[in-house]
Amino acid sequence: MAKSLLLICRRSPWSGPGAREALDVALAGGAFDLPISLLFLDDGVFQLKPAQQPAAVQQKDLTANLQALPLFGVEALYVARADLDSRGLSAEHLSLPATPVEDAHLAALLDQHDLVITL
Amino acid sequence: MKFALALFAPPHAPSSRRALRFAEAALAGGHEIVRVFFYQDSVQLASSLTVSAQDELDLPAAWRTFVQEHRLDGVVCIAAALRRGVLNGEEAQRYGRAGHNLDAPWELSGLGQLHEAAQEADRLICFGGD
Repeated sequence: MAKSLLLICRRSPWSGPGAREALDVALAGGAFDLPISLLFLDDGVFQLKPAQQPAAVQQKDLTANLQALPLFGVEALYVARADLDSRGLSAEHLSLPATPVEDAHLAALLDQHDLVITL
Repeated sequence: MKFALALFAPPHAPSSRRALRFAEAALAGGHEIVRVFFYQDSVQLASSLTVSAQDELDLPAAWRTFVQEHRLDGVVCIAAALRRGVLNGEEAQRYGRAGHNLDAPWELSGLGQLHEAAQEADRLICFGGD
């Protein structure tokens, strides 16, 4: 049986290629039908903020990559609630439905997966 | 034990040096390294154009020697490498660039190689950040 992977995305969407490259790992794994979950943590939660205007900084829209996740079979999306709260974001208004996880439950989420990659 | 190693940090980051020391220790301890995968800024470790001061550790050269001596599978993510100016001869020709800076023992390939190594190994060890 394939090992499950939790990919922890900590980069804000426009701080460099990090956020896009993390999603690429998820999409590549999904293309191989691997069981992959994503956890948006720290400034990574900004990736889920709707109505971004990447053209203003001459960037491609990351939302398209996010929307592709379910098409690649990556449907287990989690977001750290405390990091949403501290950045004035709400779990009800995200560009993709992600399950909010309390800080106290983050360790259990990591434990549920065979592999963890933080990008 | 079978290890897969993944590097994410630039050559001058302490974690890129620690990754090499870990790899050396793993082999010295009788373990196997199924693949070393270079992603994000770590792809610059595979550039042959890095010049280090004579009295400083030349980590790109140290990694190259280590991979060569132990005949390891050293894979550099092609998309991450292209975007950071790390190209082999074939890619330089494809994109009309004047030169290339990636040769053997490094291989340019895709992210599937990271997943494959992680699935095959007993442990995936990541070296990112500082």
